[in-house]
Amino acid sequence: MATGVNNIRLRKYPVGVGMIIVWIAGAIGLSVAAYRWIVGLRITNMSDNRPWGIWISFDMMSGIGLAAGAFSIAAIVYIFNIKKLYPIVRPTILTGFISYILAALTLLADLGLPQNIWHLIIYWNIHSPLFEIGWCVMVYTTVLLLEFSPVVLEALGWKAPLKLIQSITIPLVILGISLSTMHQSTLGTMLLAMPYRIHPFWYSPLMPVYFFLTAIAAGMAMTVFESYHSARTYQQKFEIGIASKITSWIPYVLGLYLVIKVVDVIVSGTYIYLIQDPWPTFMFLIEIMGGALIPALMFADKRVRSNPSGLVWASFLLMGGLILNRFNSTLVFMNGDFYFPSAAEIAVSIGLTCLGIIMFDAAIRFLPMYPNPREKQASKSLENAA
Amino acid sequence: MEVNRRDFLKIAGAGIGTLVLPSLDVKAAAIPGNLENAHAMLYDATKCVGCRACQVACKKRAGLPYVMDENQLYEMPTDLNGDTWTIIKLYQDTETYSYVKKQCMHCVAPACASVCPVAALEKTPEGPVVYHSYKCIGCRYCMTACPFDVPKYEWDETNPIIQKCDFCADLQAAGQQPACSAACPTGALISGTRAEMLAIAHQRLADHPDQYFNHVYGEYEVGGTSMLYIAGISYEKLGYPTLKNQPIPDITWPYMKAVPFVFFGMAGAMSAIYYWTHRNKEEEEG
Repeated sequence: MATGVNNIRLRKYPVGVGMIIVWIAGAIGLSVAAYRWIVGLRITNMSDNRPWGIWISFDMMSGIGLAAGAFSIAAIVYIFNIKKLYPIVRPTILTGFISYILAALTLLADLGLPQNIWHLIIYWNIHSPLFEIGWCVMVYTTVLLLEFSPVVLEALGWKAPLKLIQSITIPLVILGISLSTMHQSTLGTMLLAMPYRIHPFWYSPLMPVYFFLTAIAAGMAMTVFESYHSARTYQQKFEIGIASKITSWIPYVLGLYLVIKVVDVIVSGTYIYLIQDPWPTFMFLIEIMGGALIPALMFADKRVRSNPSGLVWASFLLMGGLILNRFNSTLVFMNGDFYFPSAAEIAVSIGLTCLGIIMFDAAIRFLPMYPNPREKQASKSLENAA
Repeated sequence: MEVNRRDFLKIAGAGIGTLVLPSLDVKAAAIPGNLENAHAMLYDATKCVGCRACQVACKKRAGLPYVMDENQLYEMPTDLNGDTWTIIKLYQDTETYSYVKKQCMHCVAPACASVCPVAALEKTPEGPVVYHSYKCIGCRYCMTACPFDVPKYEWDETNPIIQKCDFCADLQAAGQQPACSAACPTGALISGTRAEMLAIAHQRLADHPDQYFNHVYGEYEVGGTSMLYIAGISYEKLGYPTLKNQPIPDITWPYMKAVPFVFFGMAGAMSAIYYWTHRNKEEEEG
């Protein structure tokens, strides 16, 4: 078998109108990001009393949260030894890897001095939650790269490095789980430094726990959501058995989250705001009911889990719940000036998301995204498609 | 690495280092009066006439540009901003009025220095919280973490840095007063050690209880600040929030301290589960 770049061949999936729009939006977003490096942050609507905008709330906080599927699925398959889920490991790891690349790119747009980002390596402050997050993200992105590398090495037909990586898979997966546990929860710790800024519905000493649990649940939902859409786009069979299996654990995670949250609201006495502040109450209830309780009940129902559209809708609600939670705690109910993102901020956020889709699409087209046992089947369906 | 070590030791000298080195008493940093011999200032709002000499002196000393309108006419800023480190504001209602000075409070245990991922903000043992712009990456975490909304940003610059009062650290190191207190004509703003300032503040409250709101702002707020306030009306009205005595770094530090345990605990648990689930070959193949 020949090895090398020649080995990589393009899988001819059709390019839809959607993909063309994604390409255009991605190009616009990246152009605006490049423009931002020339003119600075003045093209954003951030201000002295609103120093963090949607790049933090959406691209960083929500993006990292939704990328948690990579470590939980890896844990389920490699550590808990549930082999049934193996076929979705590669796309999930890829989704995670792309999400972390996007988070890094977001930082390059959002940081005032992106050229200094490497200072994290030489100037240490172990007190800072952000210092820990920065390090975890750097190391975890490398771990994800290594976890994903077998796909590339396989495509290139490079046996020796492939063997080497495969021999350290388990330590890599465990390292990835530890790093993810750390930085997913530390994203919550980060907000603990703002006790006078965040509304008591969201500010809680348990925020690190909430961030960790919601990331696990929504990360799994993201995995299902992504595999449903890639199955449709690339004319694969949607593995409903796998999706049903993954989502059957979500009610336990969300249930734990909801129980702790309700006890927290009662014990800390923040329920008094349920009467006092109508607007936060409204958003809080939407987030808790629509973004956690309803998806938990849906995923607990076997009829929903055996129905693709039920699965996708429940996943959609849960992902929306996580995004709403991150927005509520880092933007909407964080004290500061009125803020609505500028066109440039929205363009960059959308553009980076589209860039993620473009990268995913390229990987599907150029790389063997389905693991060995299924490769034959995949290539057969390809032949049929072609 | 050598630099980091030195930096850590320097911070340790300030008392906050007790947080870095778990072997020392963590609570020590939180006790107000810990920096009693460090530089501090006392602002007496009842003596301030609102002349803004401090504001002008600050701009001159720090070399900050004046804010101009489109006709190049001087405009008074309405709040602290990237070109304004200190500002005099006026509170007025039907019965009373009071001036109030705003600037960095130079907390004993500053949130900004604790949250900065690259240690660009540093509490010096002498009192000032200083900013090392060469380290800054521009994450603006200090701006969101500061309970007094002090750090401001150069939003119009391509390479922006944080702007905030540095307590004239260089002047004080040379044995001089901060520019603002040196410029104050009425004695509303005086500087000295924290112990002296607190003694004077309490003396004034005791001598004229009818003139003052009975509270020295900054004595205990978020673990104490090097900028101390006495005033004739409540601090809420002057734009100073009601804060607890717990320093903000004390909120996050227990979590940060737990990080290594979470890391190795999780790795240990996962390894154990791995060996449990892979304890016999048949299951692995099944």
